[in-house]
Amino acid sequence: MGKTVIEKIIARHCQEEVAPGKVVWVDIDLRTARDFGGANVVENFRRNYNKDRVADPAKTFFTFDCVAPANNIPYANNQQICRVFAQQQGIKVFDVDQGIGSHILIDKGLCLPGYIAVGTDSHLNLLGALGALGQGMGDVDIAFAFKTGKTWFEVPETIKVAVKGKLSPPLSPKDLTLTVLKRLGSKGALGKAIEFYGEAIDSLSLDGRITLASMVTEMGGIVGFITPDQKVIDCCRARSGSGKIEAPVADPDASYCQTVEIDITGLKPQISLPYHPSKVADVEEVEGEKVDSIFLGSCTNGRWEDFQVATTILKGKKVFNGVMFKAVPSTREVYGRMLREGLAAVLFDSGVILTSAGCGGCASGQVGMTGEGEVQLSTGNRNFKGKQGAGRTFLVSPATAAVSALYGKITSPHKVL
Amino acid sequence: MKEKLPMKRPVAIKGRVWVLRDKKGSVIDDIDTDQIYHNVHLAVTELEKMGQFALGNLPGWEDFPQKARPGDIIVVGRNFGAGSSRQQAVDCFRSLEIALIIGESFGAIYKRNAINSGFPLMMCSGIVSQPGKVNLGDMLEVNLSTGEIYNHTTGKKIAGGEPFSRVQMEIYQAGNLFEYGKTILP
Repeated sequence: MGKTVIEKIIARHCQEEVAPGKVVWVDIDLRTARDFGGANVVENFRRNYNKDRVADPAKTFFTFDCVAPANNIPYANNQQICRVFAQQQGIKVFDVDQGIGSHILIDKGLCLPGYIAVGTDSHLNLLGALGALGQGMGDVDIAFAFKTGKTWFEVPETIKVAVKGKLSPPLSPKDLTLTVLKRLGSKGALGKAIEFYGEAIDSLSLDGRITLASMVTEMGGIVGFITPDQKVIDCCRARSGSGKIEAPVADPDASYCQTVEIDITGLKPQISLPYHPSKVADVEEVEGEKVDSIFLGSCTNGRWEDFQVATTILKGKKVFNGVMFKAVPSTREVYGRMLREGLAAVLFDSGVILTSAGCGGCASGQVGMTGEGEVQLSTGNRNFKGKQGAGRTFLVSPATAAVSALYGKITSPHKVL
Repeated sequence: MKEKLPMKRPVAIKGRVWVLRDKKGSVIDDIDTDQIYHNVHLAVTELEKMGQFALGNLPGWEDFPQKARPGDIIVVGRNFGAGSSRQQAVDCFRSLEIALIIGESFGAIYKRNAINSGFPLMMCSGIVSQPGKVNLGDMLEVNLSTGEIYNHTTGKKIAGGEPFSRVQMEIYQAGNLFEYGKTILP
């Protein structure tokens, strides 16, 4: 019997036969903790292992992205607890200037296709964009991984999602992602892995792959894999300096628990309505609703290409009077390129608030919360009630966010672009 | 289940039930970790301080920490604990000394976090989506090892309880993942 991608990745990291439903112990390539959960990881580590060393400091990282820089004393204390521990243990810290940890693992060439990475981030599974297994975990799991370099996995079943049709502008990877989420729902992939196939999937750039893979969490899934193409492999090679990259590919006779076919022919721009990411509609169904604020960024849509789309729309124009538009690059690298290549100036001139890199509006307040009655369009991945404040959050693509910003109301980009 | 596994912690749990329904009496599915333990309290690292925030952002349940008593059982719908990886969403119930959560299904990370901290979670399909099985205040007796659930208030058995998996029972009996790790890793 052939193997799925996740079965192959897990098999590479353990000594046992791998099959869905079986619990196996694996060796982990990378383990990370953020300022979110990081201090609890340190506390768990010290309480259980006293002054022991971590298994391998070179495979262990702190990434501060949630409240960066800290805007409250408890977070500042927690970040400092992590820094001190990191210094004692010889662990590298990607500090508050560096941006979103999961993206740093990609951009610094630390995570490669076929790797297993764990961290205190429920969207670490966006590493599926590289064909790697990223698993978000709580602080108990991560403290254990710091110490032992190991964890247990119950090998999940895999759903095959086959997408028919092409994705062409103004449709974006986010619209594709939301339509998959609409079809699967919040529990459609609960506890399972996904493999994505089809022409529209093949055509995605690395940035677009990250968008899709990041929202497998909102489908309830463990991880969603996209088979790396030559461009992704070349990117990993260039960034890591590693000549040897073995992207895991599913066997032709691999066994799937379910196959889902989605035809995107005729797809229109998509939007998640409050307060559930999976409550997806065509943007035009809610067109005209007044918008108070916009957040462009997050681990789902904070990449270079996302800002390129937005700046193309905003160039030479002004954000509608009274609309607060917050833009947060995912990483310092994206931020620097925006400064050097003029995107930052375009955003500034159109009235956008551009801040340093991080999780931005998704976390508790790096760039502000929403107030009672406020309508926010976010390019992030969650709009749960109360998560980002008392307001109502809609999830959209960067194009829908930028076009809506110009009109001050929800506007479908396919009518104006 | 390995027969000789020493059972240091109770395998049978009996307690009063809270069923997480909304004001209209419907089951609340997809309760996310921000509703269980809101992100504004994430900087808290002491277990004893976490209980007061449990369900603090779930409409109608904000006063749960004042009402809950040690040993109580919580019954939930589908995909409980969706969302973030925060351990506090499990720890807040440990802090209140909740004995067990029974749910139709759980978020994948939430399930891991509960198992690893030795906090009992049991899957039971249909326990709230099918009417009449369990109500607020009922007295339930649950066997973690066999999956048997008995409702003392109605005098009826509830089918569908899934016995703990081997790894779940081993970690639960050891106390948590750290203690368990000491028994199996060099």
